[in-house]
Amino acid sequence: MTEQEQNASAANPPEHIIDISGLVKSFGDNVVLDGIDMSVSRGEVVVLIGPSGCGKSTLLRCLNGLEPIQGGSISLHGEPVVYGSKSLYKIRQKIGMVFQSYDLFPHLTVLKNIMLSPIKVQKRSKEDTEKEAMELLERVGLADKAKSYPSELSGGQKQRVAICRSLIMNPEIMLLDEITAALDPEMVHEVLNVVLDLAKNGTTMMIVTHEMAFAEAVADRIIFLDGGSIIEQGVPSEFFKRPQTERAERFLKTFTYSK
Amino acid sequence: MGNNFLRLLSGLWVTVRISLISIAFSLVLGTLLGAVMTSKNKVVKVICRVYLEIVRIMPQLVWLFIVFFGVTRLTGANFGGETSAVIVFTIWGAAEMGDLVRGAFQAIPKHQFESSLSLGLTKPQMYLNIIFPQALRNLLPNVINLATRMIKTTALVSIIGITEVLKVGKQIIDANRFEFPNAAIWVYAAIFFMYFLICFPLSMISRAIVKKQQRSE
Ligand SMILES: Nc1ncnc2c1ncn2[C@@H]1O[C@H](COP(=O)(O)OP(=O)(O)OP(=O)(O)O)[C@@H](O)[C@H]1O
Ligand SMILES: [Mg+2]
Repeated sequence: MTEQEQNASAANPPEHIIDISGLVKSFGDNVVLDGIDMSVSRGEVVVLIGPSGCGKSTLLRCLNGLEPIQGGSISLHGEPVVYGSKSLYKIRQKIGMVFQSYDLFPHLTVLKNIMLSPIKVQKRSKEDTEKEAMELLERVGLADKAKSYPSELSGGQKQRVAICRSLIMNPEIMLLDEITAALDPEMVHEVLNVVLDLAKNGTTMMIVTHEMAFAEAVADRIIFLDGGSIIEQGVPSEFFKRPQTERAERFLKTFTYSK
Repeated sequence: MGNNFLRLLSGLWVTVRISLISIAFSLVLGTLLGAVMTSKNKVVKVICRVYLEIVRIMPQLVWLFIVFFGVTRLTGANFGGETSAVIVFTIWGAAEMGDLVRGAFQAIPKHQFESSLSLGLTKPQMYLNIIFPQALRNLLPNVINLATRMIKTTALVSIIGITEVLKVGKQIIDANRFEFPNAAIWVYAAIFFMYFLICFPLSMISRAIVKKQQRSE
């Protein structure tokens, strides 16, 4: 950062896209998230890591109102995200979400998959939408697949299309939940490169991943979640080299092998 | 000869009439029933399940007797043969159709609903653009299959005195037993052809739909 930039950011504290405070989420007696406080600033890439079942997916799902919450609050740009509320439809347009499972609509072509919500939800013109959809496909290297059906694509291609489908809504933030977990290793790369490219272009993202090398490369901040709370957070270079907590250290050890 | 053919045709018309009316009722009632069957309410689920199982376990023949003789005896309401037949086939068809509709909806993965909502679609938009089209694709071949089964099963109605195509055929054979001992073969061949002409196009349509869908599955 230059001195000028530093001054600028001191004058205007970074604008928060997402604010979470005291979030409690439980399924019956099972308290999955137990008082989460965090926020994500514009342009920031936050990577959530933690052992399986610690509630990473649940946290992302709460953020766009797919799950009711039992305590605390979530807001997007100061607007509260409330499960089941009318305003949710508006808010969801500003949150792009890509899941682990391939979730393209099987009865629509790639192009129609991408064009559906800008046309139906944002009432944009067909020409305008199609043009932007093709540009996005071009950007992820899939322009030639526009007329294909999802069943004719590889897993990696499907996930790249799913990213385009979210991006075309021009979201304030992208939530990516283990989008490469179901992919063959050689396809992981092509998808993660697209995500790295988004990060470089300043897209605000919250990413859940088990790919530690990728997390280190893409993140501005790592958040380590365990037992329903944020155990530790920090910049990737610090976190991966010198985890502050014993739990984080133990978790990171599960990714290395020694004989 | 020509006269016999006309008689067969009018018998066929009875078959077709009963089937069409029953199928139409079954589609409408079955779709409603299917919507009810996807309910999360346990009691509703169990009631629907019991209904479906009872209808399935009892042969249609027994149902025909129950409605035609039993209900008439008990209530004094006198259903004609055709009305009884339509009632029985609708009770059966609606149950099967309901189960097909339920299955078609439940076969749609949860993430199809969630990703629709995440894109900002409203529930009506989601059902209209994402869920119904997928359910329908799943449903169509099965519905055609059910319709074919219903058409074939109407042959049972001769039991309660309705003169449908098979009954006409038997009458023609009996009437000509001495003059044309081989009439049976010809009459049954003609009936076979008639059923074939109705059911074959249906199964062709169903196959074409499945084939067309394979690309976008
Ligand atoms: N719909 C649900 N009903 C009941 N319990 C649930 C539900 N969804 C998740 N859970 C529970 O919540 C906890 C957190 O699940 P979640 O999927 O958020 O974990 P995760 O951190 O994403 O794990 P993974 O790394 O395996 O994806 C788990 O104990 C899980 O069993
Ligand atoms: Mg998960």
